[in-house]
Amino acid sequence: MQQTISIIDSMCHGTKSRKFWMGTLARTNAKQLRQALANLDLAPEYDYLRSPEIGMTMVRGRAGGKGQQFNLGEMTVTRCSVKIQEGFVGHGYVAGRDKIHAELAAVFDALLQSPKHGPMIFESVIDPLSREQKEKRREQATKTAATKVNFFTMVRGED
Amino acid sequence: MYVAVKGGEKAIDNAHCLMAEERRGDTNIPEMTVSQILQQMRLAVDRVMSEGSLYDPALAALAIKQSRGDLVEAVFLLRAYRTTLPRFGISNPIDTSAMHVRRRISATFKDIPGGQILGPTFDYTHRLLDFTLAAESEPRPVQTDIPDEAPMPRVMDILSAEGLLEQKETDGEANVGDITRDPVTFPAERDIRLQNLARGDEGFLLALGYSSQRGFGDSHPFAGEIRMGDVAVSMTPEELGFEIEIGDITISECEMVTSFTGSKTELPKFTRGYGLSFGYCERKVMAMALVDRSLQTRELGGDIVAPSQDEEFVLSHSDNVEAQGFVQHLKLPHYVDFQADLIMMRSMREEILKQTKADKKEAA
Repeated sequence: MQQTISIIDSMCHGTKSRKFWMGTLARTNAKQLRQALANLDLAPEYDYLRSPEIGMTMVRGRAGGKGQQFNLGEMTVTRCSVKIQEGFVGHGYVAGRDKIHAELAAVFDALLQSPKHGPMIFESVIDPLSREQKEKRREQATKTAATKVNFFTMVRGED
Repeated sequence: MYVAVKGGEKAIDNAHCLMAEERRGDTNIPEMTVSQILQQMRLAVDRVMSEGSLYDPALAALAIKQSRGDLVEAVFLLRAYRTTLPRFGISNPIDTSAMHVRRRISATFKDIPGGQILGPTFDYTHRLLDFTLAAESEPRPVQTDIPDEAPMPRVMDILSAEGLLEQKETDGEANVGDITRDPVTFPAERDIRLQNLARGDEGFLLALGYSSQRGFGDSHPFAGEIRMGDVAVSMTPEELGFEIEIGDITISECEMVTSFTGSKTELPKFTRGYGLSFGYCERKVMAMALVDRSLQTRELGGDIVAPSQDEEFVLSHSDNVEAQGFVQHLKLPHYVDFQADLIMMRSMREEILKQTKADKKEAA
């Protein structure tokens, strides 16, 4: 029983970090990923399970932000699936129409699952990319913060 | 009905050439790039994405360049493009409460947790032409401040906690309508109405919203909360079986609150209208929220007395791609149709004139 729980635990943990790196990879761009892959000096060989493909996702919203779901509109998405020599299958799903971005995201997703390379790549690629994305977000937030306003209500009328 | 015509290829080709030359304008002036439009005409890009119902800023910018700045034409181009793409899936509902807020204001409460944040806005400008923009100029440096990490609850939740708000609707997750797949039928439910309004023409919604404020319909709304910022979009691909984020999109959101005096079956309460769009389209989402509220008249047991409350009227005429198509098809050759009208018109007049002549003769 204990063992089952720990397996589920580690699976959840695995999925959690995979979700994290896939989100980070989606928010970067082809140029950055190409550079990152070159820096790794791995030159991984891989086969396409699904070559890069441009399509759309229907974006859902909710009435009042919390109520009934409705279709807001579509967004372009590019996806790609690869299998690296070690046998790991990687998927890339990225907003926009950059096929190279989707392909590299899939390659990284596969490499990150490999016990041999994964931890090192997480540390040297995903972590810095994620920090950079956070920093960009923070920079935006500091500009936004300067526009916070305090209105004073004036008394109107005769007395 | 119009009839097929043949010929004219040369003239049509020449006309398109001429259009391309005029689009380029004076060649002594550098050609505008798509990235310049993307960066510096962003609100036009956002409007085209919103009404084109496709989030892709670079494509919207290209459409604006191609259409010479005719935004309805650009919307049409984007809509045509989207029909060429397969749909990979449906996103999980975006969580606008978790938005990275770049603007957030409320006209109902002065002091809201998280504060009023103006963000980049035209509000409070004097609408005087800025001649410094006519020359190349650097904008003033932007100020920064330490961001407030405090959560930013939805303003509507404040009213909701007091029980003053209409009950939250049930989540009809299983069956969300899609007007891109099935034609709209009436009465239309709110999911269909919101999708239609979200891609509807801003000018049309603005006019309808305005009409509801001016007395065509009984609406006295307040802007409960307006937000603009970035949200993550996530989906669950089948091959993965878990939810992943595919990127962030900018959206605008507006919640209008309207007092409702109650009916035979309902206590007085506040009702709400909702507006949501891709990009920074504040006027659009405000208008959309007004119209969304007006369209709830049927469900609230009210009488349909104004155009903005009539769902068939609103939903059938909100789409500018459909509307421009039907209006502009009048330019196409209707020669045979018109010939028929012409013959009928002549013969009717002839008959009446003959009759009048005969009547006169009889009277004399």
